[in-house]
Amino acid sequence: MNMAAIPYWLLQILLIPALSPLFIGVTRRIKARFQNRRGASVFQPYRDFWKLFHKDEIISEDASWIFRVAPYLIFAVTLVIGASIPLVSTGLSNTLTGDLLVVVYLIALGTFFLALAGIDTGSAFGGFGSSREMMVAALTEGGLVLSLLTLALISKSANLTAISANIGSLSFPSFTPIILAFISFSIALLAETCRYPFDNPSTHLELTMIHEAMILEYSGKRLALMEWASANKYLIFIALGANLFFPRGIADSLELIPVILALAVFAGKASLFCIAIAVLESSIAKLRIFRLPDLLFTSFVISVIAIGLVN
Amino acid sequence: MTADAVVLASNKDQPLYPARKKITNLLTKILSCPKTLVDAGSFDDGREISSLGRELEEKTRKLFRRSLAIRVVTAGSTNACEQELVALGNSYYDVERFGVHFVASPRHADMLMVTGPVTRNMREALVRTYEAMPTPKIVVAVGDDAIDGGLFKGSYAVLDGVHNVIPVDYQIPGDPPSPRRIIGSLLTILSDLDGKHQKKT
Amino acid sequence: MLAVFAAGALGALLLRKHDAAANIWGNCMAIIGSGAGLLISGAALFHGTVPAFSVDSSLPLLAFSIRIDQLSAFFMLVISLVAFFCSIYALDYVRHYYGKYSIGMLGFFYNAFIASMIIVVTAQNALFFLVAWEVMALASYFLVIYERRETASIRAGSLYFIMTHAGTAFIMIAFLLMYRATGSFEFADFRDGMAAASPLVKNAIFISALIGFGVKAGVIPLHVWLPSAHPAAPSHVSALMSGVMIKTGIYMMVRIYLDILPGSYLWWGLALMIAGSISSLLGVLYALSEHDLKKLLAYHSIENVGIILLGLGSALVFSSFGMTSLAALGLAAALFHTMNHATFKALLFLGAGSVIAATHTRNIEKYGGLIRLMPQTAFFFLIGSMAISALPPLNGFFSEWLTFQALFQGVAGFDVVTKVIFILSIGSLALTGGLAAACFVKAFGITFLARPRSEQAERARETGMLPRVAMAALSLLIAGLGLFSGLVLRTLAKVTGSMANLRGVESADVAQFKSVSLQNGFGEVSMPALFIGIIVASAVVAAAVAVLTRKRRTETGPTWDCGSDLTPRMEITATGFSRSLITISRGVLRPSSDTEIEYHDASRYFPRTGTVTMGLHDIYQTFIYKPLHDLTTMLAAQVTKVQSGNINVYILYIFLTLIGLLFFMDLQS
Repeated sequence: MNMAAIPYWLLQILLIPALSPLFIGVTRRIKARFQNRRGASVFQPYRDFWKLFHKDEIISEDASWIFRVAPYLIFAVTLVIGASIPLVSTGLSNTLTGDLLVVVYLIALGTFFLALAGIDTGSAFGGFGSSREMMVAALTEGGLVLSLLTLALISKSANLTAISANIGSLSFPSFTPIILAFISFSIALLAETCRYPFDNPSTHLELTMIHEAMILEYSGKRLALMEWASANKYLIFIALGANLFFPRGIADSLELIPVILALAVFAGKASLFCIAIAVLESSIAKLRIFRLPDLLFTSFVISVIAIGLVN
Repeated sequence: MTADAVVLASNKDQPLYPARKKITNLLTKILSCPKTLVDAGSFDDGREISSLGRELEEKTRKLFRRSLAIRVVTAGSTNACEQELVALGNSYYDVERFGVHFVASPRHADMLMVTGPVTRNMREALVRTYEAMPTPKIVVAVGDDAIDGGLFKGSYAVLDGVHNVIPVDYQIPGDPPSPRRIIGSLLTILSDLDGKHQKKT
Repeated sequence: MLAVFAAGALGALLLRKHDAAANIWGNCMAIIGSGAGLLISGAALFHGTVPAFSVDSSLPLLAFSIRIDQLSAFFMLVISLVAFFCSIYALDYVRHYYGKYSIGMLGFFYNAFIASMIIVVTAQNALFFLVAWEVMALASYFLVIYERRETASIRAGSLYFIMTHAGTAFIMIAFLLMYRATGSFEFADFRDGMAAASPLVKNAIFISALIGFGVKAGVIPLHVWLPSAHPAAPSHVSALMSGVMIKTGIYMMVRIYLDILPGSYLWWGLALMIAGSISSLLGVLYALSEHDLKKLLAYHSIENVGIILLGLGSALVFSSFGMTSLAALGLAAALFHTMNHATFKALLFLGAGSVIAATHTRNIEKYGGLIRLMPQTAFFFLIGSMAISALPPLNGFFSEWLTFQALFQGVAGFDVVTKVIFILSIGSLALTGGLAAACFVKAFGITFLARPRSEQAERARETGMLPRVAMAALSLLIAGLGLFSGLVLRTLAKVTGSMANLRGVESADVAQFKSVSLQNGFGEVSMPALFIGIIVASAVVAAAVAVLTRKRRTETGPTWDCGSDLTPRMEITATGFSRSLITISRGVLRPSSDTEIEYHDASRYFPRTGTVTMGLHDIYQTFIYKPLHDLTTMLAAQVTKVQSGNINVYILYIFLTLIGLLFFMDLQS
């Protein structure tokens, strides 16, 4: 790794945590517009995190070291994933941790500790939040792995950056499995980032919470880390969707101008994803929890068909 | 995702919009400001709110100017104030545009809004909610009932106001105060916090 | 080395009057013996020496012949490793049985068990193998019924006894078929002579070996003895049984399919893969519904055996197509998962043993808050849970990665049926990983986190020093295996290269310390990078946040519960945690829910108590074993008609038999 690449690597690692609150803000603002409101500024999540870092914390007496350590670990895992996925340039190829299975299982590591932190305080909400989260996470993995596998089989490599590079150079007729895999991936995206129809990210009713229920007991800096990690996960999934399935626009070298252009293109693609997700969230209702497995198995079956269509 | 995902309300008589019109509708909706919004400048300047003069710490002031999380506790109220508080989030008043939002847990909250005269049964719950909030925190008593018992003053079942249970920082009078007054008071409180900070420096 | 075990066994028996002495003698001998086993197998693996030892005798049953080639050395290493740490653990754990049961017998059967397992994986003569297999079954039977005053243990033991002998019958059929084809009982002769056998014979051997060793390994639907037998034994024995005894079944499957039988058929590999997928999925679903901590771990063993079979099946499929380097990859994945599972399952069982000994109950619903009372046990159990859920950067993740890679290679470029089976296997493996993580969030969370749910949990104390040392060593081993996966894989390549079918083949992976990648560039992972990445990132985040918030205070307060009093009954229960997943899979699991309400005498409108019993129907009993049982009973009833009780009829039978024999001899000559 040459010295010239270091500033680009810094950009790669810091890009996700720096931009993720912005895209959460964009999604919320568009949802507010659909509700005929103006909505908070798109930079509001930054202000929220800043304020939370400046507040004191109250930790439950029943909580153990897992509750205290979990936010750091979960945030660190999102940083490691952020360094492994293609964001702005395929020249920043990470063959050490850039395998698709590594990314999927790192996400599972974050979910594991999030669920444990939910149980740790002994409140009723955290417990059932963890139960539902593990149910959704367990069933989502099948569709997620298989949809990414479709892309890997098409591009003959399981490394995410290599997938991005190869799919960018494909001809149009071979796009059918990619489109099917994308449908399957978007269902997995909605499930893992706690969006409709799986979960409502802004609900106050504990009975309907999945992700929120597990962080009800957090306050201060740990709450900020948890919310930020969740925003990171959202942007990571959007980045995977944008850069793996529609990779045109990614720079393939490490020079300044192409990278800046690629950054702008990435921001544009991510905004399109945010708009689409916000439109979807404003149009449909949350599904009853025992309908969710049907949706997740549909995602699984669509990926199986997509793999079958790969030549 | 195409614009066809946006389902516009349609009866059998109304024709379904063609795709181009749907996309323009979508863009208009996202990019323009809704016309029903009440202008920020037209809120009451909340002259009637009273601060109990508690000395707030330095750090409280600059913290909440741009981002405020509110937890609402109804301590035996008539729910009139709740209805007005619920109206704060609708498309007319839209309190979110000021960076204020309501949260589900006192651990996440900065400001505690209490309504109702604090019945005896709710006393313990109110104290626990207050203690579960991390510092720095602000307590606001909303409505005449919360200030001194209001309609129920002197009853054997109430404790005559929130200040008898937990320390209160601000009060918003009214039975119930209208959403205009509540938002105006909130804005004044926020600038009051900021203002105290500016006055000191 | 075997002499050490023999000394240990007999010494423990002789000392059975003194509990403590028998305990120390038995376990120390076991430790020394395992240590010796480690050294010998390590030498065999790393230096390539092939110790062989045989004593011929005129009686074929006593032909004592042992040969430690690479595969045997690998399994011997796994067995010795786990036995070593379990014996260290046992030195302290067995104290719970002082005065209640005979420690001498425990020491005797324990040493015999370990010795027989080592002989099973190193024997080279089919009859000698069967003798050792039988000794292993008997020793483990006596260990299962060790707590003989519990009726559940006796029943579990009986079921285990019957199932294992049914399995042994099928194994004997396989060996007899091989004897008929080659004329001798030596494995070496099998290897040379099986090439000439007809496909029908080979298929028959495959099926009978699959059933026979599948019973021991715990393949569904032959697994019914496993969930009752493993929890009934003492915990260190459960660790051994679940960790390594099951693997002896896998060992023989590998030996027969890849070493002895030349060439494999496609349907063998596909059958193994289907069996593996079903075992892993059903195993983890049943584990989700369990409240007995040890039964939960036993079901997870079934799940992991399924994963091993997926790797093994893919190896067979590849070798049937002649893609030997990919077959080596599949086999390496299966073997690596064997070793990993042995380590983390042993760790989990030892942890469970400590918890059960401290709280005197096996029911998860009575635990809670143990992380404060037993902090080190909780930490080691967490490491074990993370490893079994295949979370990076531990070893479980790497062996599942390797299995996935073997399956990925199989998706591209086969005929439709094979491709579909591979895709479904990948799906089931992904699903299993997720469900296993869910199950261990439940197991760890409800056992150790939040508040104690019962008085027993409140009074628990941390275990002694020795069990913690054993568990710490196993945790270090798990982390080490994860960190050094590349190097371990290189050693495994030597093992896979020693199989007759894969001799001299280079595995399809490039394994170094820094990273492991496939030769066709499909996938690459670097375990050290993951380790370092996660640790460094956490440290950086913690430091940055600490600097940023250095002036903030952190206080403690009661858990927020909407202003009411929190009781332990408000915490999530194990039943509630997994009920949603069980309801989703109710087609397979068939959950049942019975309600009983007791009313006041005065009127039926006032209930006094209500009891809801939730359980699972045992579909194997209903659809497989009960019909078999009924059929056998019916046939036996028919045969009873021969017994008429009349002595004249019996003399007639003898007469007819004599005449028949005379005719037969006449025809012969």
